[in-house]
Amino acid sequence: MNARERIVTTVNGRRYEREVEPRMLLTDFLRRELGLTGTHVGCEHGVCGACTVIVDGHSARACLCFAVQAHGSEIRTVEGLGTADALSDLQEAFRKHHALQCGFCTPGMLMTCVDVLEKYPLADEHEIREALSGNLCRCTGYEHIVRAVAEVANKRRSERA
Amino acid sequence: MKPAPFEYARPETVEEVLSILAEHGDEAKILAGGQSLVPLLNFRMLRPAILVDVNRVAALDFLEVDGDILRVGALTRHLSLELSDAVRTRLPVLRRAMEHVAHVAIRSRGTIGGSLSHADPAAELPMMARLLDARIHVRNSGGERVVDAADFFLAPLTTSLEPEDLVTEVRLSLPPQGSGWAFEEYAQRSGDFAFAAVSAVVEAPEGRIEDIRLAAMGVDETPVRLDAIEEELRGRVLDGRLVDGAVELARQSVNPNTDLKASAEHRRHLMGVLTRRVITQAVGRTGKAAA
Ligand SMILES: Cc1cc2nc3c(=O)[nH]c(=O)nc-3n(C[C@H](O)[C@H](O)[C@H](O)COP(=O)(O)OP(=O)(O)OC[C@H]3O[C@@H](n4cnc5c(N)ncnc54)[C@H](O)[C@@H]3O)c2cc1C
Ligand code: FES
Ligand code: FES
Repeated sequence: MNARERIVTTVNGRRYEREVEPRMLLTDFLRRELGLTGTHVGCEHGVCGACTVIVDGHSARACLCFAVQAHGSEIRTVEGLGTADALSDLQEAFRKHHALQCGFCTPGMLMTCVDVLEKYPLADEHEIREALSGNLCRCTGYEHIVRAVAEVANKRRSERA
Repeated sequence: MKPAPFEYARPETVEEVLSILAEHGDEAKILAGGQSLVPLLNFRMLRPAILVDVNRVAALDFLEVDGDILRVGALTRHLSLELSDAVRTRLPVLRRAMEHVAHVAIRSRGTIGGSLSHADPAAELPMMARLLDARIHVRNSGGERVVDAADFFLAPLTTSLEPEDLVTEVRLSLPPQGSGWAFEEYAQRSGDFAFAAVSAVVEAPEGRIEDIRLAAMGVDETPVRLDAIEEELRGRVLDGRLVDGAVELARQSVNPNTDLKASAEHRRHLMGVLTRRVITQAVGRTGKAAA
């Protein structure tokens, strides 16, 4: 029943090999086994977005995925963005626009943004709000988050043009 | 909120999946995108002895146009449907529907096979299956059968599938090029399950409705086809009185529930509003190329 499964997975470019119980959620694997506590846990049923990470190039809820399923996958978490001394452009925009208060939702917000900035044009405020609608924030009222994302989307658009 | 222990199997072929299902019967659960199943496991509302993870069964992951049929492998992700060129050009109504399914992080994992098998009465893909006369291919160790969407959904979260069945493919019938279409949904927040939604595809080359298909969700035990309205509209040129009649029929022909989110009366009202929009838009879009 409790047979453990060996998994090999790459998180933020680093390879990890571990044995896990099949029922271990990816959230618990990242936080407890790897000590990567940047990935937060809110609801554990997919609705709050706090646990959002990138799995093989797409944002996904880490609370709706088992660690065993990540065998052979490449995962990015908030720890894989910038560092305190060298924030990523997105993190810098969040800082500048006061897009966080308590910070609980922020890792999930950032990882969602990393994905939607690549997938969707995010040409106007409506589109940005739509793209972020799966991530709940109890503090900021979203206004500042939308501004931060708009700035990065516009900058990337003008760089591409 | 952690799942109870379970055994885990990760087969790579359909045959392996079927033999595991045959062996374990209702002790086993198929794990596809996990976007409906894992919440139920986390809440311990389900405690299967074994999870059969089908995510590495490559033969279930395909999307192709075959004449006037769109063939969709059961493991096709919501996001693949949303971003597919074939869907954008040949089936814009499906693309619009997919934009309403949850959020990108859920669409990246959720699958068509999972959505149909889960059979939420307010889920978009089951409704698209009804609208587009889906033929659902189901296999078990005894063989294959093909189930019409009309016979697949029995009640909320209940289908005609048996525990040892695997949905392998969904075939959607493509409307002719130039058909009009519309999809309108009312939900409280973007990405939430809808209170109600209505969709249509219509052929009306000279303004006269030659054929029309209409479906609705969130307003009955299962997604429904609005046959009576289709009948009423076929062969007619749309005018205000005809639309009013269709709206009235739409309101009468569904059996909405009252739940925590909305009253039956509210849902019936929405049914009328959405039907009016959908019929008008779909006929208006006839003959126009997809964006
Ligand atoms: C926050 C949130 C919001 C959501 N909002 C929406 C929404 O607005 N609209 C909407 O439609 N959906 C919504 N969903 C659900 C989502 O679309 C799911 O992806 C879908 O219902 C199930 O697909 P899955 O592949 O994830 O299936 P799973 O969760 O893996 O499985 C669901 C069920 O189907 C069975 N199953 C899976 N694949 C097969 C198969 N091939 N053959 C036989 N049985 C199978 C499983 O055993 C299980 O019983 C939401 C989910 C979340 C978490
Ligand atoms: S903890 Fe995963 S979505 Fe809330
Ligand atoms: S900053 Fe507190 S929840 Fe978003």
